[in-house]
Amino acid sequence: MRKSLRIGVLALQGAFREHVRALRRLGAEAVEVRLPEDLEGLDGLVIPGGESTTIMRLARIYGLDDAIRRFHGALFGTCAGMIVLDQEHLALADLEVERNAYGRQVRSFEADVRLADDDLPLRGVFIRAPRVRELGSGVEVLGELDGDPVLVRDGGVLLAAFHPELTDDLRVHALFLELAKKMRASRPPGVPLPKEASARRAGPYKRYGQAPSAKHPAGCGVSPPRSPAPPGASGRRPGGRDVGPL
Amino acid sequence: MAEFGTLRVKTGLAEMLKGGVIMDVVDADQARIAEEAGACAVMALERVPADIRSEGGVARMSDPQKIVEIQEAVSIPVMAKCRIGHFAEAQILEALEVDYIDESEVLTPADLEHHVDKWQFTVPFVCGATNLGEALRRISEGAAMIRTKGEAGTGDIVNAVTHMRAVYGAIRALQAMREDELHGAAKEHRAPYELVRWVAENGRLPVVTFTAGGIATPADASLCMQLGADGVFVGSGIFKSGRDPRDDRDGWVEDVSLRARAIVEATTHFDDPKVLADVSKGLGQPMVGISASSLADEDRLEIRGW
Repeated sequence: MRKSLRIGVLALQGAFREHVRALRRLGAEAVEVRLPEDLEGLDGLVIPGGESTTIMRLARIYGLDDAIRRFHGALFGTCAGMIVLDQEHLALADLEVERNAYGRQVRSFEADVRLADDDLPLRGVFIRAPRVRELGSGVEVLGELDGDPVLVRDGGVLLAAFHPELTDDLRVHALFLELAKKMRASRPPGVPLPKEASARRAGPYKRYGQAPSAKHPAGCGVSPPRSPAPPGASGRRPGGRDVGPL
Repeated sequence: MAEFGTLRVKTGLAEMLKGGVIMDVVDADQARIAEEAGACAVMALERVPADIRSEGGVARMSDPQKIVEIQEAVSIPVMAKCRIGHFAEAQILEALEVDYIDESEVLTPADLEHHVDKWQFTVPFVCGATNLGEALRRISEGAAMIRTKGEAGTGDIVNAVTHMRAVYGAIRALQAMREDELHGAAKEHRAPYELVRWVAENGRLPVVTFTAGGIATPADASLCMQLGADGVFVGSGIFKSGRDPRDDRDGWVEDVSLRARAIVEATTHFDDPKVLADVSKGLGQPMVGISASSLADEDRLEIRGW
């Protein structure tokens, strides 16, 4: 088995270069992913910050949306990546988020994120950031800001509402690599992986924040998703993803 | 404690726009077409550069009403232009909560000596540049993003290429210099030594750098990306293409949407000629344009900014 982890970074649009840099600094092999065939042989995939409407559109054109649904490595979504993986889009993590929940760019900020198992806070850069609206009971909260979950893990999917790739603190990327490694180890060589994600969602859901106002249905004038995820594709990751606590 | 408007927060949004296309729009309809096509942001302005060129007169900040309508129509970031040195227009744009202000040579300059002191603002600024020194002067004034100017409203890519070659060529030259030569280089570029030194050490500008001015086709976008741009601004190149909207509005919407989508795809897959060939097929009439070299000096927008 290869020793170093091979991680893809979805390079359709957004801050993909920063993720590549962070992953390489931690000793992983990092490659840019633009087409479905680029996912071959990867242990993990990062979906970076950017514009989620742009990323979703470009992903659909080349069939990357389905390819990511079939991908069996670990997933890490930051900001727009968190939106792309939520229930209203690719439905690969059991949560719903509100886009641009803090407002426009003048309301973007940096602040210290409180981590669940580390006394040293993490500086989080929040750019037109999303906010968790609903969290499935199986989702573990790893970091909080003012009571809001901003760093969470659902099985093999790690999600951050902020941008760990914009600071020099590599703890979140290290956590993701640990997850990818664990998932690779839990997969016996030669055994085919389950093809379909299970359709089960794990309620009850914990709700956060205010109900969206009528004027701005989701924060700052967000259009509803154009095509809801097919029912068969929604729900939690396949069993193989459940790697237990880190 | 939350901190707003830090340099990291300002440059951070530009980082998120990379690999994307920012489209000039004059109203909510165009903004929706742009978002639908996959633009990563829109730039609100009163008239697209090609119309400013043909109609003449003073070009100013867009009507705030139009900006609000555009903000309500789309969920992607909305940028808007103010005149060079016109800090009151910038203050109004900040009050409107636009996501980025473009202090732009495309509008008629308001100050022939000074640019806006961009450090005074929470909202980030993008500024145009034709060479490395100009880019670094704008950054020292607080710009959080740079776009090479090109020649707006022409559909001619030649100046965009010239400016990118100038910026990236000068960066490569700095990288080859001895440390004691950087002081002379700073003087030559009329730029702060600290910034010149940072560029020499890192081999890039300290902020995200897009290209603008003259991009009209997917191939143009690919050329800019291959020359080192982080992303592209497209102004007249989209909404001045296709069938004449006065004769056939639906046909025009179809044409401009197709071209906008193709330029977005070309920017992502800029180094994949097969994808480029595919998306470039059957796009209809590109903007007619004017050759940048045929312009009289007083019609050249690139020389505005100091």
